Amino acid sequence: MKNSLNRTIPNNGFLPYMGAFERIKANQRLCIPEVVSTNVDKLRQSIDVLFDEIPIVNGMTLSFHHHLRNGDYVLNMVTEVIKKRNLKNITIAPSAIFPIHAPLVELIEKENITKIYTNYMNGPVADAVSKGKLKELLVMDSHGGRPRAIESGELSIDVAFIAVPASDAFGNGNGIYGKSACGALGYAIADVKYAKNKIVITDYLVDKLDYIEIDGKYIDYVVKVDTIGDAKGIISGTTKPTKDPVQLKIAKDTAKLIEDLGYIKDGMSFQTGAGGTSLAVAEEMKKRMLNKHIKGSFASGGITSFLVEMQHLGLFERLYDVQCFDLEAVESYKSNPNHIPMNSSKYGNPYEVDPIVNQLDIVILGATEIDTSFNVNVTTDSHGRIIGGSGGHSDTAAGAKLTVITTNLIKSRMPIIKRNVTTITTPGETVDCVVTERGIAINPKRVDLLEKVKNTSLNIVTIDELLEIAHNITGVPNDIKSSDNMIGVIKYRDGSVIDTLYQMKGD
Amino acid sequence: MKIAAAGSLESNDCYITVKESNDLQIEINSIVFDQFGNQIRKVIHDTLEELQITKIYVQCNDKGALDYTIKARLLTAIARMRGIHA
Amino acid sequence: MRRSLLFIPSNSPAMLQNADIFAADAIIFDLEDAVAITEKDAARILLDQYLNKFSLNQTEVIIRINSIDSEFGFDDLNKIVSDQIDTIMLPKASKEDLYILNEYLTKIELNKLLNKKIQVIPIIELASSIINLKEIASAPRVNGLLLGAEDLSTDLEVVRTEQGIEIQYARSVVVMYAKAFKIDAIDTPYINTKDEVGLVKDAQFASSLGMNAKACIHPNQIEVVNTVFSPSLKDVDHAKKVMMAYEQAQKEGKGAFSVDGKMVDKPIIERAKLLIKKAEKWGV
Repeated sequence: MKNSLNRTIPNNGFLPYMGAFERIKANQRLCIPEVVSTNVDKLRQSIDVLFDEIPIVNGMTLSFHHHLRNGDYVLNMVTEVIKKRNLKNITIAPSAIFPIHAPLVELIEKENITKIYTNYMNGPVADAVSKGKLKELLVMDSHGGRPRAIESGELSIDVAFIAVPASDAFGNGNGIYGKSACGALGYAIADVKYAKNKIVITDYLVDKLDYIEIDGKYIDYVVKVDTIGDAKGIISGTTKPTKDPVQLKIAKDTAKLIEDLGYIKDGMSFQTGAGGTSLAVAEEMKKRMLNKHIKGSFASGGITSFLVEMQHLGLFERLYDVQCFDLEAVESYKSNPNHIPMNSSKYGNPYEVDPIVNQLDIVILGATEIDTSFNVNVTTDSHGRIIGGSGGHSDTAAGAKLTVITTNLIKSRMPIIKRNVTTITTPGETVDCVVTERGIAINPKRVDLLEKVKNTSLNIVTIDELLEIAHNITGVPNDIKSSDNMIGVIKYRDGSVIDTLYQMKGD
Repeated sequence: MKIAAAGSLESNDCYITVKESNDLQIEINSIVFDQFGNQIRKVIHDTLEELQITKIYVQCNDKGALDYTIKARLLTAIARMRGIHA
Repeated sequence: MRRSLLFIPSNSPAMLQNADIFAADAIIFDLEDAVAITEKDAARILLDQYLNKFSLNQTEVIIRINSIDSEFGFDDLNKIVSDQIDTIMLPKASKEDLYILNEYLTKIELNKLLNKKIQVIPIIELASSIINLKEIASAPRVNGLLLGAEDLSTDLEVVRTEQGIEIQYARSVVVMYAKAFKIDAIDTPYINTKDEVGLVKDAQFASSLGMNAKACIHPNQIEVVNTVFSPSLKDVDHAKKVMMAYEQAQKEGKGAFSVDGKMVDKPIIERAKLLIKKAEKWGV
């Protein structure tokens, strides 16, 4: 079956993508009832005893959040038990998978785990799946699509394992205290509300909490362990702004473009990532906002120390936070009343009344590949190896008034622009501008933007020209043919399938 | 055995080793082999032809070098092998 | 007419192939200090191949060759001089070197049937160059002087400082001779690439002394240098005013005239013309 972007998708029960907004407009929000716990005595000795008590058996779906990032110990703790008990046909639904989760590979190979549902993955698990080792199809969703799937019952979770840095015996918890403090817990909320069984795993059990982000009424069990994660791995999410002169030029041009397009003004809202180039862009935006004495309304997303600093300088009234990338962000989250939690549904669920992504003016995103229809790939590299996933990419691109992709045009001889991306993560109709070191392309659909840059000193070219510029430098690359073996699907935030993942060739 | 090398393993560069040989042998190891392997081979072949060299062993360890870099490093390696100042 | 000149090491493909994206007025492809002795041959060939493949459009192409006293200088010239390049930058320039260089370039231009006359920028980095500035600045092909303060400080046996008092005289005398012979006075690069505030100060100071350009050793310095050495909008407006008054005076057959209460004579008119030319070139 083909979808509206002419991508083949599997036939078994998947809905084809038919446009970024069509399905959402045509459908109602669907919510199963919230699952509240009736347990009173919730403390348990270990994760293991719960496998007997609940019980956790073959074929079940287990979920996890990724707030502890590459410092997470909890998913591996549960993996250990699954392995010990030799459970089979388990589906795991972690919101993201990192290199630290390598122990999963063995369970995938032995079919203890046969299905995965996630928004982002890289490292050994991603490699194993790319090589076709997962028995069932991988499902990759977005940060906004996952709560939609959970609340509608589409992703039915038997047991949610919720790592919580600080918890009381009732299961009330937050992420701001304890040795594994990670700040906001936005990705856990949908699981907490709708999973059939909820287990809090904490390393800091307290009598009472002054701030509650995980509501104990939903929680069935609380297990205390020694450590839920490695603090260094948790809090290392933010890099430093890039010093690379090419990426700095891209960052400067991006800020200038945004200004020339008239988006730097009072009340503006803005989101960018935590990587080197994103931070450099934030730095340039900050300079321009300070210069023009701009007071923005909010910055959102994963919050970094840079955004915290911008808010302290008065450049934003509020910060909407779905996850904290570093210690400064955690501290600000703790103490600043204008640093506001945002669960993943409120962040990007297309069925929310007014999700934050819809209120966003500007979002700055990356890409591994972009094609001449402005479709963006952030899921695979050009060999089809899974190296990421949408995360909030397709949600913010759909919601923001101005979506800017920043990327080198060429990386080690590889043009980032192609005729057709290997995998479509974010559809071109939601992408407005591409900024590279050799030119800026604007989506021809945005006639309004093209009008505004008529007299700019920036180098505006068409996307086809950018492709030609790249090929003149690198030569025309051979197309890499993927194998025919489907190993997974990329879901768009409305639950439809926007593209298919194929097994990597060779190896 | 006359042998020489030029270039580096830095990003966008390549390290080319050349050795006197009784026949023509070209070995290519590249981070973009699938996309540009044949192109790299062509540049090496064309350069050897320009220099009228029919017997040589060339090993190219490529980190995404563009054509002009591959040609330059090959020319340099050969000049070094011959003991000639470029 | 340059404001910014960016040094790029010639043996680095990554740097070469990105040289053209920065807004420098000129790129100095460096075969000298940026290239290890064991790699001089590799750099020369790589640069040659690069220049054959990539055109730099409006950007001036300058090659800093090795000193012609060294074993590499002439090899550099033999390989690199072509229609692809505009200017040779000569390190440790002496008047004798410039004489030899001029002759050698003439020979190459004839042999290779070049369509242009290669220009020269001597680097003033020795005390002996400073005291011979008259011959150096007036030598054939020379259209600019670059002050090399780091090497000059070594020659003077002084410590190079942020304030720059030790190179104050050198800066001024380079400006003097450059202006006397109507060529570019190019200031020494600012070494601390992480200090943007320091760069602005240094560049502005050089500009106030009469330098009209500055060498850059990092692309991040270009924007500041271009801004400091470009005429300001205010200056451009005034220059246009002067030119309009001049044309008016001509029409009325008046010899002398004034603008904003000040007498305008020939030097001011010439300066205004040049300023407008610069403003047009650099899009002020």
